[in-house]
Amino acid sequence: MPVARGSRPSAGARDGAPLRRFPVTLLLACAVAALALLPLGYIVGYTIDVGWSGVRELVFRPRVAELLWNTARLVLGTVLLCGILGVGSAWLVERSSVPLRRLWHVLLVAPLAVPAFVNSYAWISLLPGLDTYRGALLVVTLSYFPFVYLPVAAAFRGLDPALEETAHGLGLSSWAVFWRVQLPQLRVALLGGSLLVALHLLAEFGALRMLRYPTFTTAIYDQYRATFNGPGATMLAGVLVLLCLLLLLAELRLRGRRGYARTGRGAARPVRPVPLRGLTVPSLAGLAGLVGLALVVPLASLAYWMITGSSTTLSLPALATTTGTTLALGAGAAVLTVALAVPTGWLAVRARGRVSTLLERSTYLGSAVPGIVVALALVTISIRATPWLYQTVPVLLAAYAILFLPRAIVTVRSAVEQSPRLYDDVAASLGSSAVDRLRRVTLPLLAPGIGAGAALVFLAVVTELTATLLLAPTGTITLATAFWSASSGLEYGAAAPYAVIMVLLSAPATVLLSRDARRGMTT
Amino acid sequence: MSSLTVKDLTKAFGTTPVLTGVDLHVPSGSFTALLGPSGCGKTTLLRLIAGFEDPDTGTVAVGDRVVAGTGRGVAARRRGIGFVPQEGGLFPHLTVAGNISFGLPRRQRRDGGRVRDLLQLVGLDADLADRSPHQLSGGQQQRVALARALAPKPSLVLLDEPFSSLDAALREETRLAVSAALTASGATAVLVTHDQAEALSMADQVAVLRDGRLVQRTDPRTLYRRPGDLDVALFVGEAVVLDAEVRNGRAHCVLGALAYEQTSADPVPDGAARVLLRPEQLRLSAPVATAPIAKVHSIDFYGHDSRAWLDLPGGMRVSARLEGVEVPSAGDDVSVTVRGTALVFPPVGMGLAGDPGPVPAHLG
Repeated sequence: MPVARGSRPSAGARDGAPLRRFPVTLLLACAVAALALLPLGYIVGYTIDVGWSGVRELVFRPRVAELLWNTARLVLGTVLLCGILGVGSAWLVERSSVPLRRLWHVLLVAPLAVPAFVNSYAWISLLPGLDTYRGALLVVTLSYFPFVYLPVAAAFRGLDPALEETAHGLGLSSWAVFWRVQLPQLRVALLGGSLLVALHLLAEFGALRMLRYPTFTTAIYDQYRATFNGPGATMLAGVLVLLCLLLLLAELRLRGRRGYARTGRGAARPVRPVPLRGLTVPSLAGLAGLVGLALVVPLASLAYWMITGSSTTLSLPALATTTGTTLALGAGAAVLTVALAVPTGWLAVRARGRVSTLLERSTYLGSAVPGIVVALALVTISIRATPWLYQTVPVLLAAYAILFLPRAIVTVRSAVEQSPRLYDDVAASLGSSAVDRLRRVTLPLLAPGIGAGAALVFLAVVTELTATLLLAPTGTITLATAFWSASSGLEYGAAAPYAVIMVLLSAPATVLLSRDARRGMTT
Repeated sequence: MSSLTVKDLTKAFGTTPVLTGVDLHVPSGSFTALLGPSGCGKTTLLRLIAGFEDPDTGTVAVGDRVVAGTGRGVAARRRGIGFVPQEGGLFPHLTVAGNISFGLPRRQRRDGGRVRDLLQLVGLDADLADRSPHQLSGGQQQRVALARALAPKPSLVLLDEPFSSLDAALREETRLAVSAALTASGATAVLVTHDQAEALSMADQVAVLRDGRLVQRTDPRTLYRRPGDLDVALFVGEAVVLDAEVRNGRAHCVLGALAYEQTSADPVPDGAARVLLRPEQLRLSAPVATAPIAKVHSIDFYGHDSRAWLDLPGGMRVSARLEGVEVPSAGDDVSVTVRGTALVFPPVGMGLAGDPGPVPAHLG
């Protein structure tokens, strides 16, 4: 006797088709996971070489405990603050009657154009007293909250307003609707964003180094500089990778296995915003305060250093070459990374199960390895296995892809989550081949997600510092490395032009990101 | 157009069997409804026919071509089977014209004439061609989905509960348009539905699916008049089921000694049985001594007809369908006579059908 099954094929359960339906996709996703796990494999292999006594000697030290405490409290604090700021501002912009919603949306995405290490340079050059826990918490939260805001805002737009109307009809207040109807549906986006913030923070180097806040990454860098490729750096990286593993396990438990594809009819209807009435002014003040701290302060600081630093001679040709190099690297890495992200993100939704989850987590895990260790691993591996690739652009691009895959996968994944398998079936029944379906149905439906993913990767690469410092072919100077060498020497004025270019380069991608996300917004 | 033949099809999801040996033949050019309650496996059957899933065992053949079951099945895209999903499933990124022309060869996609013809076929205005799916009503979305499915001239069209999300008025109108379009296109069609009125009114033949198994396949009239068992009888329409005693060629029950038809080839043995009557077979009149008396419990008045809920002498409550405007009132005593013949089924605890339980509970 069959258990009563819903007769709707679009409802979650049947979307989880077995993996053998997608053999090519599975193969590609496995290859991507293998690439992503390369640096991790290097660490594991190294650890085995060092042996247990070596590990004990290098890891069980008060210094490591201190770094652990510093890292943990910074990650927890930042994730919490980013979650509150991201969800709150996303709700205001997407669901409330706050004035100038489009403008706020752009302004809330805009901090992504200011790299975290530029942001900390901007703050610390004005307020040298920020080299404390609170200072670090403030600066990284302001840099990272858009990672939560963006997916949550997109998820708000994907929510079926009929559910909220139904809940209102059941007598729930706006607050109760948010808490009991919207938030559960936002969970995937919120957890995805939070994971991104936490992973990013674990791997953050430039900003924390600038703020003189010691964490694992800065310690690894010091070790590396002191004893090139020594066991100390690799063992610290091993502890860091363990932290990431714990994080991923926690997220896995929290996320659950449920699908959130809308089961209602064809197209979602526009939303009626919740009137704020008396809360309009406080809401506006809150948004203005957030944007002021996250955007206005760093930009003002940059402007200040541009003006006062004008005594330093500015080499325009050097600036132009550096910019061109950075641009090309960013574009190449964005295309590569998104192409690598599609198979994994696709399987994670369409063939939900242990294997696809494992593949998805592998990429997260791989990219959670700090940039410096990825670079270290790729240097070592390329010297040993493929000497002709050592110190070339492909290795650098591979490092970028390993580092930034989760950004692309999170966005691709949530796009797939919003487009049920039904469309694929219908297209197949109309005689469309797998490649044809990919081109005419899947990619257009995923385009917003893919575009967002590519923009995120581009943004990240334009401002990537750590891996570039170590992997860039000799003579290849990017904006970030040029900025770094200037600001490390406390030449704030000389560093400012590179920072300004980085911000300007990131800006179009940010605008793209916000405009794309604005599509489908009411009014 | 082609016929469709399904032989001994089974499918399980994990350890849950969904279809357990389904045989089905759909003649070329016919319109067959797959009727069954939610969870009976009818959507799964449709998806196996379409090629979206692979059966565990059994075969599916379109015309003479076996498309599933022998080695590697034919891919969905090579089956030439049109599919109309539950809520239309229109591609949200394409216009109506883009949706309809999706399955056409590349050269024909830009041909506005084709799109216009197809829109006309499903009874829609050509002006809709440039609209987006979300600008259409539910019924329009369904019709566009049908036009899209018919565009590549499939040999077979599958419709998965296409009207279930539409409101009553729209549903009727959309049904008529869909029927007309299918007739005009000449395609063989299979419609999945849990709505027996839809199945009986639209299809040439109805296949009743229950618990992953096909229990009866016949034309709508026969299905209604001579259901294979009591469960089917109850599923395809309202019914009055009474305990009876068969002797001397008549079924003796609370409504008197009724003439009956046998439901199987074997003659009905004397003894306990159950009889099936349809509510429209009960005729009410002022109380007379020659016929059993019932008390009217309540009346459901629909305008064109009414339903009377009657408390029979044995304490059982049954329904009678009344035509005309002269209907009794609640509390009246009425005489009940039976028009036509009853159908006789084995008593409770025998035969394939389970206990149907008290009849009004099923009808409520």
